[in-house]
Amino acid sequence: MAREKIMEVRDLSISFKTTSGILNAIRGVDMDLYRGETVAIVGESGSGKSVTAKAMMGILASNAIVNSGSVKFTYDNKGVSKTVDILKMKKSDIRREINGQHIAMVFQDPMTSLDPTMTIGKQITESMIWHYKTPKKEAEEKAIELLSLVGITEPEKRIKNYPHQLSGGMRQRVVIAIAMACDPDLLICDEPTTALDVTIQARILELIKDIQYKKNISVIYITHDLGVVAKVADYVDVMYAGKLVEKGTIDEIFYEPHHPYTWGLLSAMPDLDTRDERLYTIPGSPPNMMKPIPGDAFAPRNQYALNIDNRLDPPMFKLTDTHYAATWLLDERAPKFDMPPEIAARIARMKKEENHDDQ
Amino acid sequence: MNKYKIATDNYDIDSIEFRPDDFQFVGNRPEEHIDSTFASQDYWKDVLMRFRKNRGAVIGFFVIIIMVIMAIVGPMVSGYTYYEQTIEFQDFAPRIPGLEKIGIFDGTESMRISGGSKVVLDKYNTTEGASDVYYWFGTDNLGRDIWTRTWMGTRISLIIAVTAVLIDMLIGMGYGLVSGYFGGAVDSVMQRIVEVVNSIPTLVIVTLLMLVFKPGLMTIILALMISGWIGMSRIARAQMLKLKEQEYILASHTFGASNMTIIFKEVLPNIIGPIITNTMFSIPNAIFTEAFLSFVGLGVPAPQASLGSLISSGYNTFTMHPYQILPPLIVLALLMLSFNMVADGLRDALDPKMAQM
Amino acid sequence: MNKYILKRLGIAALTLLVIVFILFMMMKLMPGTPFNDEKLPPEKIASLMAKYGLDKPLYVQFFKYVVNLVKFDFGISYVINKDISINLMLSTRVPTSIRIGLQAVALGTVIGLILGIVAALKHNTIWDNLTTVISVLGVSVPSYVFALGLLYVFAFKLKLFPLLYSKVHPFQSSLLPTFSLSMFTIASIARFTRTEMLEVLDSDYILLVESKGISGSALIFRHALRNALIPIVTVLGPLVVGLMTGSLVVEKIFSIPGLGAMTTAAIQANDYNVTIASTYIYSLMYIVIMLVVDISYGIIDPRIRLAKEGSGE
Repeated sequence: MAREKIMEVRDLSISFKTTSGILNAIRGVDMDLYRGETVAIVGESGSGKSVTAKAMMGILASNAIVNSGSVKFTYDNKGVSKTVDILKMKKSDIRREINGQHIAMVFQDPMTSLDPTMTIGKQITESMIWHYKTPKKEAEEKAIELLSLVGITEPEKRIKNYPHQLSGGMRQRVVIAIAMACDPDLLICDEPTTALDVTIQARILELIKDIQYKKNISVIYITHDLGVVAKVADYVDVMYAGKLVEKGTIDEIFYEPHHPYTWGLLSAMPDLDTRDERLYTIPGSPPNMMKPIPGDAFAPRNQYALNIDNRLDPPMFKLTDTHYAATWLLDERAPKFDMPPEIAARIARMKKEENHDDQ
Repeated sequence: MNKYKIATDNYDIDSIEFRPDDFQFVGNRPEEHIDSTFASQDYWKDVLMRFRKNRGAVIGFFVIIIMVIMAIVGPMVSGYTYYEQTIEFQDFAPRIPGLEKIGIFDGTESMRISGGSKVVLDKYNTTEGASDVYYWFGTDNLGRDIWTRTWMGTRISLIIAVTAVLIDMLIGMGYGLVSGYFGGAVDSVMQRIVEVVNSIPTLVIVTLLMLVFKPGLMTIILALMISGWIGMSRIARAQMLKLKEQEYILASHTFGASNMTIIFKEVLPNIIGPIITNTMFSIPNAIFTEAFLSFVGLGVPAPQASLGSLISSGYNTFTMHPYQILPPLIVLALLMLSFNMVADGLRDALDPKMAQM
Repeated sequence: MNKYILKRLGIAALTLLVIVFILFMMMKLMPGTPFNDEKLPPEKIASLMAKYGLDKPLYVQFFKYVVNLVKFDFGISYVINKDISINLMLSTRVPTSIRIGLQAVALGTVIGLILGIVAALKHNTIWDNLTTVISVLGVSVPSYVFALGLLYVFAFKLKLFPLLYSKVHPFQSSLLPTFSLSMFTIASIARFTRTEMLEVLDSDYILLVESKGISGSALIFRHALRNALIPIVTVLGPLVVGLMTGSLVVEKIFSIPGLGAMTTAAIQANDYNVTIASTYIYSLMYIVIMLVVDISYGIIDPRIRLAKEGSGE
């Protein structure tokens, strides 16, 4: 079956006007997403991953400036396939045609993302009534259905509850139910489990996966946690300082990472077998995005930095049809080197575990 | 050629002139280099810089400085006292040497007499012995110099301002910090007291005080002391509750720091921003309270003058002699505006998050 | 909810009792009050003693005093309207003051809310700056400066409105006082609404509402304003109190025969009975207002209304 592309991001570049100057949040991002598949965007806070998601949603803050690029979204408009550039659409048109109905979002903190003055039932039915003029009764029945879909018991009673009467995990389930209310094609989850208990994290991830399978929707995960990625993603995009530094399938990123930044992220994953050996860590902090960055933004923190990194940004090197990485280390002129031993050992362990699981 | 194809659009690798050492490792970098991008400035320097950028606040600041100087110097330079009455020189219009030649402040005033026609009066020329007299802001209906009285009134307003700061800093802050720090039963009792005091309207407090004491500056200050500290105590308490659970405070406890040390050395410096802001906002409130009490006749007794009482007496004649009400009115409005703008500017400078709102 | 209202009522009653107690103590202890005024003839004192039961034990006296106040029995005025029943004085003055006060609250709240909402929605535009200027001026310039300015321009020069309040045209002649009284309310509400709306509009839940595709008036009124209103309601109480003090001034300027003017006159003339009466009325109004504010706070915010009913997963 041919893959059906629903989202195509090209050369996206976004800045923010702040009181202390212009902040260049995203500096040229390309991304593709196909129906039914899951992409995870991974990076530290401030790497621009949330901004990318908000650009796709058309909910950028008012001080955002789109410097260049396009976000092409393809959806089914009354039986006809229609492609729009979300960046070129008027805000009111995005709200009317795209948000809720075709792209929905789950936010990071369930404690703050529900309106405290409205019952959760009303919050779920609101978009159905708004977009489809669904009769109130019917909308309420669907809300009850959705609540049981996301695993909330006694949904008939719960729809009359206010957010403060629910726990964090339940609230996140409600947020997911809200997102699913109008049967979207694409669900963007911005750190959906970061604010939750570890035990509830896994359940929420399972839930999203389950819904995705049942409704054949695409999902974008925004996260800094490769542990989450490993559980849910088909493809991984690694972001650093507003750029993609490596992208590939989940196996490629986990077992054959080529960018030193990806190595750092991998070693930050919790792992029972990391014994007395020193962890490979990334020193320092991300660059100040208010200032122009000469060369590779990661160079100052990179133990494998080459002299060229200080003046020239590397291009994306194509490793396979699905695997790309932006580092001069992949250039033929680069010196021979070995990946840090901690990382090599780590990957070997993961591979072994994987084989073990398969048997 | 490269083993891996370049996938970035429009990336012309062949036009790059590579240097011989381009593909060599940089080697270890010193740690401090890595974090240099986030080197921060001194907080107070930042505050000052942000404050200076706020034009309204800077203007307000200088207006206040000028007002303070005038309140000190003004009454001394006119040659009149605030209580001296010269019955013959009643209701004289402003006359300033120098300016009189260009037709303003020349001691004349136009008046509408019955029948609707206008006449120009110059009492300096029609009154015996007044041709060499100058009243810069004119005189009131008892022949007192308005210039001197206006700046005497400004003095009172500024004394009130200082009092408000002292009340906030000594009573309000102390009360709030203690209540928040000790918590538990102490906090419960202290907060019930606040609730009761706060639910008695200031107007009622003032009224009752007026019955016990006679109207005057001390009575007003006493009224401010009873009710003026509540806002500050709430802010100080809220800040204290927020801070006292933080690790560095717990660390001080384990090192055996005394309660007073923790309150004043560890917590206070960290909450000084909101404290200063709130203090600045309470100044115009206090000045206003005094001005309104004086206006309705419950302020300083005659012959003393406050801006409120001057406006009150000017108000009785303001359709006839508008110049009598204007100086105190303008000074009061400027003072209030300046204190508010400085407070706004300070709040934004101390808490840059607010400025972006 | 009922429990919440009961609790608020309890606190209100307690506060009123404290105030009445203070008034009672002053009555007993103050020099120069009718009961220990040495200039009064003995028979008058005796009749007063009998009326207020001053020969009885203290707690009985206090009880009697409370009953009198609850029945709004304040006695007669001694100075400003000699031997006239205070109730008679209050019967015309209180409604006038309350009417002008309510007009000012209504006008101030509506205009302030509109200004604040517009400023927040049109953040960093000319409308926003205009609102900021209005609100700084409004909180900085005392209401009587506005009152005098309005009086001078609209009544004295343009002759659009009467100079003074008149009972013949109670509404028309109350417009200028209402407007000058509401200036501070307009400014404070506008300023506060702007800040609160900006904060709410920046919140996660508004982002979620937007991501559902909801926009326009549904977003602003159903979600943003409702949440912004919660803290705005809390400043309404103090603002109304500000109106009480403001009314003293405005009633003087426009010669309105209201409670404020009477209070001022009573304090200046040392008319003890009248002062106590107006103090009591002011306290009562204040407490009722705070009660209304507290209860409406509970209606808007389900977290207060439904407190202690929560449940978890």
